[in-house]
Amino acid sequence: MITFEAFYAAPPALTAHAPALLVVGPLIGACVAALSPNSRWAWMISVGSTIFAVWMALCLAGEVARQGVVNYYMGGFAPPLGIAFRIDALGVMMALLVSSVSAAAALYSGHALDAEVRSSKHTLFQAGFLLCVAGLLGLVSTGDAFNAFVFLEVSSIGTYALIAAGERRDRRALPAAFNYLIMGTIGATFYVIGVGFLYAATGTLNMADIAARVVTLGDSRMVQAGFAFIVVGLGLKAAMFPLHGWLPGAYAHAPSLMNIFLSATATKAALYLMVRFLFGVFEPGSDFAYHFMAWVLGPLAGAAAVICSIQAAFEKEFRRVLAFSSVAQVGYILLGLSIGTTAAASAGFLHLLAHALMKATLFMAVGGVALHFRGRTLDDFAGAGRDAPWTMAAFATGAASLIGIPLTAGFLSKWRLIEASLAAGQIWMVVVIAISSLLALAYAGRMLEAIFFRTAAPGAERAKEAPLGVLVPLWILAGFCVWFGIDASLPESIAIAGAQALMGGRP
Amino acid sequence: MTVDRLIDILATINPGFFVIAAALLAAVAKDVVLRAIALIGGPAIALVVLLYPPVAGIEVSKQTFLGYSLAFYRPDSLSLIFGFGFVLAAALGGIYSLHRRDRMQDAAGLVYAGSAMGAVFAGDMISLVVFAELATITSAVLVFATRTAPAYRAGLRYLAIQMIAGLMLTAGVAMYGVAQGTFLLAELGGLWNGVLVGIFDLSQPGALLILGGIGVKAAFPLVHNWLTDAYPNTTETGGVVMSPYTTTLAVYVLARGFAGLEWLVWIGAIMTVYPVFFAVMENDLKKVLAYSTNNQIGFMVCAVGIGTPLALNGAAAHAVAHMIFKGLLFMAMGAVQMRLGTTKATDLGGLHRTMPYTTIACLIGAASISALPFFAGYSSKAMIMTAAEGGPGLFVIWLMLLFASAGVLEHSGIKIPFFAFFSHDSGKRPQEAPFNMLLAMGLSAVICMSIGMSPHWFYQLMPFRDQALEYLALDLFSPSHIVQQLELLCFAVLAFMVLKWLKLYPAERPGVILDAEWLWRKALPSLGRSLARPASAPGRAISALSNSTVARVVALARNVFATGGVVSRKVPLAATAVWTLAILGLVVAVSLFS
Repeated sequence: MITFEAFYAAPPALTAHAPALLVVGPLIGACVAALSPNSRWAWMISVGSTIFAVWMALCLAGEVARQGVVNYYMGGFAPPLGIAFRIDALGVMMALLVSSVSAAAALYSGHALDAEVRSSKHTLFQAGFLLCVAGLLGLVSTGDAFNAFVFLEVSSIGTYALIAAGERRDRRALPAAFNYLIMGTIGATFYVIGVGFLYAATGTLNMADIAARVVTLGDSRMVQAGFAFIVVGLGLKAAMFPLHGWLPGAYAHAPSLMNIFLSATATKAALYLMVRFLFGVFEPGSDFAYHFMAWVLGPLAGAAAVICSIQAAFEKEFRRVLAFSSVAQVGYILLGLSIGTTAAASAGFLHLLAHALMKATLFMAVGGVALHFRGRTLDDFAGAGRDAPWTMAAFATGAASLIGIPLTAGFLSKWRLIEASLAAGQIWMVVVIAISSLLALAYAGRMLEAIFFRTAAPGAERAKEAPLGVLVPLWILAGFCVWFGIDASLPESIAIAGAQALMGGRP
Repeated sequence: MTVDRLIDILATINPGFFVIAAALLAAVAKDVVLRAIALIGGPAIALVVLLYPPVAGIEVSKQTFLGYSLAFYRPDSLSLIFGFGFVLAAALGGIYSLHRRDRMQDAAGLVYAGSAMGAVFAGDMISLVVFAELATITSAVLVFATRTAPAYRAGLRYLAIQMIAGLMLTAGVAMYGVAQGTFLLAELGGLWNGVLVGIFDLSQPGALLILGGIGVKAAFPLVHNWLTDAYPNTTETGGVVMSPYTTTLAVYVLARGFAGLEWLVWIGAIMTVYPVFFAVMENDLKKVLAYSTNNQIGFMVCAVGIGTPLALNGAAAHAVAHMIFKGLLFMAMGAVQMRLGTTKATDLGGLHRTMPYTTIACLIGAASISALPFFAGYSSKAMIMTAAEGGPGLFVIWLMLLFASAGVLEHSGIKIPFFAFFSHDSGKRPQEAPFNMLLAMGLSAVICMSIGMSPHWFYQLMPFRDQALEYLALDLFSPSHIVQQLELLCFAVLAFMVLKWLKLYPAERPGVILDAEWLWRKALPSLGRSLARPASAPGRAISALSNSTVARVVALARNVFATGGVVSRKVPLAATAVWTLAILGLVVAVSLFS
């Protein structure tokens, strides 16, 4: 990661503890926010701690660029006893993504909470949000399989509560949160069962140690069982088709702040952990991992990209269209990863970044309009382009990127995915991507058509322009959607460095 | 000094960007002065940049993208003439639309013009495709801008077919570029007399896809319906803004990529002939103009196929002249549409009494498109006709082009002005067109006559300049040429009069003519029916089945995928649990059997 090599964001004494501070900052912020006297204080704490997390992630980016891998022992206890954080380029990529999206979402929450969440719950909401951020940041930086489970649960439990907080706007948030609670717990349980198998087989919880011992065990049934439980459990958390049943409801009915945050980070973090296990812990050269990628992961990802896009094209509710599209896009990312080459993995990560960016733009635009507008379906948004031109123009930018129109970030990542699948001789993937892009044109086109080319029904509630506090972060995100379509050197170098760190020199 | 330096810097930027940048202003400008600055100033700056002598054939503003070199700006004599035409058309269209306060149309029109311009100056295939796609999307906005239900459906059809063409083009370019290892036009070969023409080798992967995509955009026979479908559905200014770019850009790409390809001679000749019949029968005069566009593009495609310097000069000259005179005809029809809300021949007639200036402009446009000597079409088409006449084995082609030339006079030269402004008196007394429209028409008419009467400046802009000037000196105004053309025109007029007198000329009557659309909209669905008809009971069953198959597939998809459908209904918890187990089983099975 050449970009960050000469990058010293903080004094060395602070930088040395950046891995811990990255997680502890939001965690302490969560406690303080819960105790803070009113909504305004909580918001400031939330913004402050997420910006602190961005700062720490940048410090880590510099360190990783110089050292390759940052190992940090919690409390100074070395791995077999203590918990180790292990952050490489891929971890930094995720930490940067999670922290910066959380900062954008926290800034946005100043306006959004008043409209969407009961005022008595604002402080608790911010506390839950910071808890969730801390969990995700921990998840992407830990090097310990069981510790990862703990962070996964910390973030998930925060998420369940935050989705349920959407009940003021939409009562369906409650069953959606409950649904997600049950399914998420199933996923986490599967994961922990898998880790248990691995512990029984190898006697360690540190991922690097597990990896070293798995190789010596050869064709062990216990390792394979552990592998199966882990990938299915994490697949559920990452909304891998067909285990995505929880996602549309959770996305559609949650407060708009959570739409932005969840779509850009939560599934991605689970995906990250899955990738860690696939390539970092289990030897991808081993038969069962290879066959899993070729015969399960790839086909399911392709099915997701096509089937969920069709679902999105038939969906009437605005946020659910975007939610189904998210499942389809997770399909793209998994498609790239299932190829198993470094180029394909970096294409997948590039799409991961691009998708986080564009979905955050789209959900923030919808959320910005929704502050004073109760419309839900495509019909309700008819004519919104005239009533809220700036917000909806940003939405159109995000949608263009989602379709993959040239000069947007989405085009570039899809192009890379196509290149990688061609290089690997997987023509069917190119066909899947092409079909799914056409479908994306259909569902994004339906939304844009309603917004810009239809007029509101007389007497219908009209959308209003989002306030400046939303428009500014929104247009920063939309600007990046375009900027990364023209000059992608920054996200691409990050994605390539991440893929190389993950694959460790394999082709 | 500083002005020189500023121009030096500006001269390294693709002129299309200036017009696209002007669109940003047009998108927010409410005031008429600001709109005028955007609509006319944008093209004007582009014109200055374009005329400031850029070094031909040199790539400027090079970039690296995805590991391939790109060149955003590579002017040469072929791109200059097309770019010059686009700038003129954009400025004239801008003046023409000044009265209409529609920011969406202004901005879309400018982006459309700017990206067409950007495409002809692009030095590599990737930026060419990107510009062409941008042009496609923004042009669809111009159809939607009519804001009526039929226009909306026409816009969707237009967008769908253009997107398919765009996908073919993109896929073809990707395959071709990756196979050749470069996307730069200059590195693909094909340099001929200092101009890059015919750079694509049809035997290489991807070339056929490119030809297919461009063929749709050039409205080749059987895939031309988007043209006759979309253009009549535009607003009075939309038609003017839309007519110059998409098809002309396709001609440019054909000349750049496939000059000398023999198929194109035949495709082009067929293209010139068959729209004549539809145009003569059609009632909607804007649709007549769309058919006539199809027929004129045919001349250019044919010339590109012939591929000699003379023919390519003719294709480029005719492309630019066509932009101006077809724009002028669309302007005249737009004025009629604005005042009366219709362009149907049955509803018009006798308008010359109250719209004299529009009538004169329309007559000049009609004279130009009919290639009357000393009008624009004559100066440009003459080169194509000479190239076809002199070409070996092109006798049949030449006859087809002659027939089509006579046909042009029937449907565009006589029919348009006659039915709109003369013919029977419809009793309508509309007001003359507003000043800005008259100004645009006047300027276009002046350009048409200037190209026709003193073509020297125009011929200097040709891609193969020496051959063009030689032709101008020896052939263009030679007595035999002028007499031949006048004979042709006289006989065409005679034919019109005789047919009218014998009452054989198709009277204007309302209705829709189906041409190849019929193939897409009627024939395919009824194919199953007609195949199954002879058999009795099982036949009917099959016919019913095939008849409703499409409906059933859609209904099925809706049942499966729509909200509450099989896949999309709220998933019960137990189902996901079962799915989870199933996937677990699958993973275990895969790892056991591996």
